[in-house]
Amino acid sequence: MVDALQGLLQGLFGSVFPLVWALLKIILIIAPLLLAVAYLTFWERKVIGWMQVRIGPNRVGPWGLIQPIADGLKLFLKEVVVPTGADKSVFLIAPMFAFAPALAAWAVVPFNDTLVLANVNASLLYIMSIGSIGVYGIILAGWASNSKYALLGGMRSAAQMISYEISMGLALVVVLMVSNSLNLGDIVGGQGRGFFADKGLGFLSWNWLPLLPMFVVYLVSIVAETNRAPFDMAEGESEIVGFHCEYSGMAFAVFFLAEYANMILVSTLTALLFLGGWLSPVGFLPDGLLWLFMKIAAVLFFFLWIRATFPRYRYDQIMRLGWKVFIPLCLIWLVVVGCWMMSPLSIWK
Amino acid sequence: MEFKTFVFYFFAAIMVFAGLRVITSRNPVHAALFLVLAFFSASGVWMLLQAEFLAIALILIYVGAVMVLFLFVVMLLDINLDRLREGFWDYLPLGSIIALLMVAEMGLVLGGNYLGLLESHVPQAAADASNVQAIGRLIFTEYVYPFELASVVLLVGIVAAVALTQRGKRKNKAVSPSQQVFVKARDRVTVLQMPAEKRD
Repeated sequence: MVDALQGLLQGLFGSVFPLVWALLKIILIIAPLLLAVAYLTFWERKVIGWMQVRIGPNRVGPWGLIQPIADGLKLFLKEVVVPTGADKSVFLIAPMFAFAPALAAWAVVPFNDTLVLANVNASLLYIMSIGSIGVYGIILAGWASNSKYALLGGMRSAAQMISYEISMGLALVVVLMVSNSLNLGDIVGGQGRGFFADKGLGFLSWNWLPLLPMFVVYLVSIVAETNRAPFDMAEGESEIVGFHCEYSGMAFAVFFLAEYANMILVSTLTALLFLGGWLSPVGFLPDGLLWLFMKIAAVLFFFLWIRATFPRYRYDQIMRLGWKVFIPLCLIWLVVVGCWMMSPLSIWK
Repeated sequence: MEFKTFVFYFFAAIMVFAGLRVITSRNPVHAALFLVLAFFSASGVWMLLQAEFLAIALILIYVGAVMVLFLFVVMLLDINLDRLREGFWDYLPLGSIIALLMVAEMGLVLGGNYLGLLESHVPQAAADASNVQAIGRLIFTEYVYPFELASVVLLVGIVAAVALTQRGKRKNKAVSPSQQVFVKARDRVTVLQMPAEKRD
């Protein structure tokens, strides 16, 4: 069927066919992603509701299922107020700067051994570099609002993101050391080999077990990196003012879309790097896309779970955790894994 | 026109435009943002040359780290545009000499191919070869001493930055979190038993 469609389009568009085909594939990734973003907000409210012995949204549509659409419509119809003296163009570009990297990173994310938009050699490096751009949205939003609170909030959030990017990056360095590759597909493939995988217990061969400290550091760092509770200094509405305090309507909503899209992205990365991607946990079940989606959902549930459970950190505690605990821990573990790989006990041969 | 050529001219046009705006735009923050755009287009051009590691490193280091710090500084400074433009004519001769030198150097590098100055052609990597692996291998074998030297210079830079900002003893009253978590209620609160007083 795919071949027939390809043939038809080739006849229709002629020389620009590769462009059209690539666009079609991009839409096939982005459209479900945006739907997932919308329903992640719904799922979050439901899950947190249940954890706090409430019901959660249940008025709009059956079981409240239309709620995210209604929220989106409401935000679309609201006015985007540009503050006096704000830099209008930068003010409007900032939310796009926050959202675009979360979408662009999906270009190299593999869904199984063959299903990937661009199978580049340095895909992990690409994701790290695209991820480092997201901080611009925050800085620019803070500056362009022409407000002291927003500027200071932007500085705070940006400093937090940059700090946790380092421990995240160091955790990734350990992963790519043991996988001997920067390609996400190869990293997943490498987790399918090993002592336990041969015995049919694949889930013990995935990176989370031999690299358990790095897995924990990564899990906490991605929560801080995406500005989520308990590290959500950006929107600590009860005690501190965030970078988007001057934003309203859809411009504000785009920041939240970016936050949720980033959550899905980092959850996918966790699933690929530490939890074996599309590999099946046990030998007698086949590998497949479904496993990847289940692992992503599990990591996303972790995000929602800790939001409902933990109180918010204080800002100096966040920075202390990042710089004085995680970075030294990562550096030490980097050396430990390096020695382990060179020793006769190495399990990554 | 080949598709690749079209992509090259697309990036090149954006890069030239962004470069011009960096020096002509009146707002320093806008100038910094146009510099980011120029870096992006440069990385696109490098990607076309299959120098993927270089292209990604440009974004990761310059856009993701250096320009963020630039923006931090530019945003927090109270820059007076008129003061900034004051010495324009005084600096023009020196600036134009440097600009001419740079143009001449660029002309030599770019024209080197035609003038026969280059001894060998730029080697093209195979399409499936991993840039990162090749660079890593070279750095840790052939260029290991320059590489180590560069990292020592960077380390000195880090230590210098820390030494510059640390002046004397810290003068805040923050309590160490490790002591904080062991605080019990009875360390802070005392419940007093007071006999009830009679009203007269």
